[in-house]
Amino acid sequence: MRWRPGPIFIILALAAFLPLLDIVLPPKLQLCEAVRGVFLYAILALGLNVVTGYAGLLNLGIAAFMAVGAYAFGILTCEIYPFQLGFWPAIALTIPIGALAGFILGAPTLGLRGDYLAIVTLGFGEIVQDVLKNLDVVTKGTQGINPLPAPNFGGSQWTADDEYKWYYLFFALLVLTVIAVRNLERSRLGRAWFSIREDEIASRSMGIRVEKIKLIAFATAAAIAAFAGGLSASVLSSTGEPSNYDFQISILALCIVIVGGIGSIAGVLVGALVMVGLNSIVLVKATAWMAANGIGSQGNVLLSPNNWKFLIFGLALILAVRLKPNGLIPPRIERAKQ
Amino acid sequence: MLDFEVFIQQLITGLSNGMIIALIAIGYTMVYGIIELINFAHGDVFMLGAFLALTLLGALGMEAWGPSGQIFGVALMLIGSAVFCGGLNWSLDRLAYRALRKSSKLSLLVSAIGCSFVCMNLGLFWGGAPMKVFSNGNAAAAPKDFPAIIPQINLLGDGFLRITPGDLLVFAVTIPLMVGLTFMVKRTRLGRAMRAVAQDPTAASLMGIPVDRVIGATFFIGGALGGFASVIYSLYNNTIGFQMGTRAGMDAFTAAVLGGIGSLPGAVLGGLTIGCVRSMSDQYLETRWTNTIVFGILVLILIFRPNGLLGSTRREKV
Repeated sequence: MRWRPGPIFIILALAAFLPLLDIVLPPKLQLCEAVRGVFLYAILALGLNVVTGYAGLLNLGIAAFMAVGAYAFGILTCEIYPFQLGFWPAIALTIPIGALAGFILGAPTLGLRGDYLAIVTLGFGEIVQDVLKNLDVVTKGTQGINPLPAPNFGGSQWTADDEYKWYYLFFALLVLTVIAVRNLERSRLGRAWFSIREDEIASRSMGIRVEKIKLIAFATAAAIAAFAGGLSASVLSSTGEPSNYDFQISILALCIVIVGGIGSIAGVLVGALVMVGLNSIVLVKATAWMAANGIGSQGNVLLSPNNWKFLIFGLALILAVRLKPNGLIPPRIERAKQ
Repeated sequence: MLDFEVFIQQLITGLSNGMIIALIAIGYTMVYGIIELINFAHGDVFMLGAFLALTLLGALGMEAWGPSGQIFGVALMLIGSAVFCGGLNWSLDRLAYRALRKSSKLSLLVSAIGCSFVCMNLGLFWGGAPMKVFSNGNAAAAPKDFPAIIPQINLLGDGFLRITPGDLLVFAVTIPLMVGLTFMVKRTRLGRAMRAVAQDPTAASLMGIPVDRVIGATFFIGGALGGFASVIYSLYNNTIGFQMGTRAGMDAFTAAVLGGIGSLPGAVLGGLTIGCVRSMSDQYLETRWTNTIVFGILVLILIFRPNGLLGSTRREKV
């Protein structure tokens, strides 16, 4: 059989050459920095896709695990704490730390029904945020932990100006995540996830240990989300304030998965482009353009594009579920059914 | 003030807020009881009810009305918000949920989350309305003052304990509503139809019950109770904002789960418990930990007693 490039490969190949486009475009229209955000949320959403897409467990608190990763990275690297690790060991450690957090939340809750589990994860997300805000002795409260290190290759420390280095770092890590998740999807574990999503009782009677398999899905998703959190803290050189990891972020990740195609890697990549594109490229550029041209006074709430964000997220979810329940790029299983 | 009096005072505040939470919780519990959906948008429907009440208050200039006129004004806001919230909740069911009856429960839940965000955004726009009560359209996202048209006097004279007309209003509105609702569910045709649909929609439709219309009525009634709650909440707490639906919704959902979801007395018991827990935590711990405690209760209840205090045990069917 001849090899044909799949949708995942095409999307990633296009992304690899995007910086070339920036060379020709005028500075105002350059995209690399914004697309880096797409990569970051794509990693986060790939994590959510493991638990919600593959295993069918709705998780509304994925941002909490991102926060865990960001603060773990901050505490492991920042000069005010005893550890003071570099970028690479710290970012690698966010993965087991995230998995542990997922395990701690997952172990007692996985016996719950789907909708109750969703509420528990939502509650957990809020608790993590409150705890981070209130334990300001450790977490510096709303100031966030900073400064945090960037990676260094060949001795020179990166700064925020090294746009293309960051771009390719995020790109490479996204590719790694895609490869990891794709291998999981096609493994024995992945098939067990699909099986419990389709029918839990049937899977149990086929000898699948449902609780264990669910717990692994939970921990894997948390690990990937924490990894994304560590990356985001590193590029910002700060953990930011706890409310940067609020319910909105969890919903953005959910929108990406639902709009793109629940359980489909290519779908998640396209979903990230669409949703993050709307959220942090179209809205931001529209705001800047309107400000530059003097449209929209401070007074009128309708004329500020940022104020339309919730409406866009909300409608995206309602319309996707109603019109395209399998998303823009359905997973292979659904395509095979048709 | 003696320690004991502080405690009693917090208890009064807690019970008043608890009754409001209970009224919202009934909306969650009714909808969950009938189609097993956590109606995420319910808290935001409640929020929009409060915005409508403030709009009515501002547009009709109720602040300038005399004492008896203001009683009429409160009644007007109660009815206006109840009809509006009931209608809105009914429309959400009609537009966003009805088509998904046959899809998985998670799609329905995702759709409800979407509705919640849309309603929240409408509240943000509404907060920018060019009216004096909405600070003339400036700072749309900022919390709005809700004028205290209920007199803020102490009915117990000059003692340490305070019971205000606001406290009385809360109980005067919520208790008749709860009694009426219980009567409706237990004794009327519609109530019987609701219980039938909750038990088995297919069998109910075979018996000639118009299932979709009964579900729509449930959404309307639940929403209307949220509308009543929004007016008394605003008059009692005197500040509203477009994000208050999330907070109130989580409290009410916790209350519904605590009491046993699907159970009306459970929702009231849960509401009173959560109201008291909040006021005690504000007093004896720190205000900033109160939300964590409420969420903690929610998580613990779901893990250790998912059927709540008064809920019945039901195994999930194959």
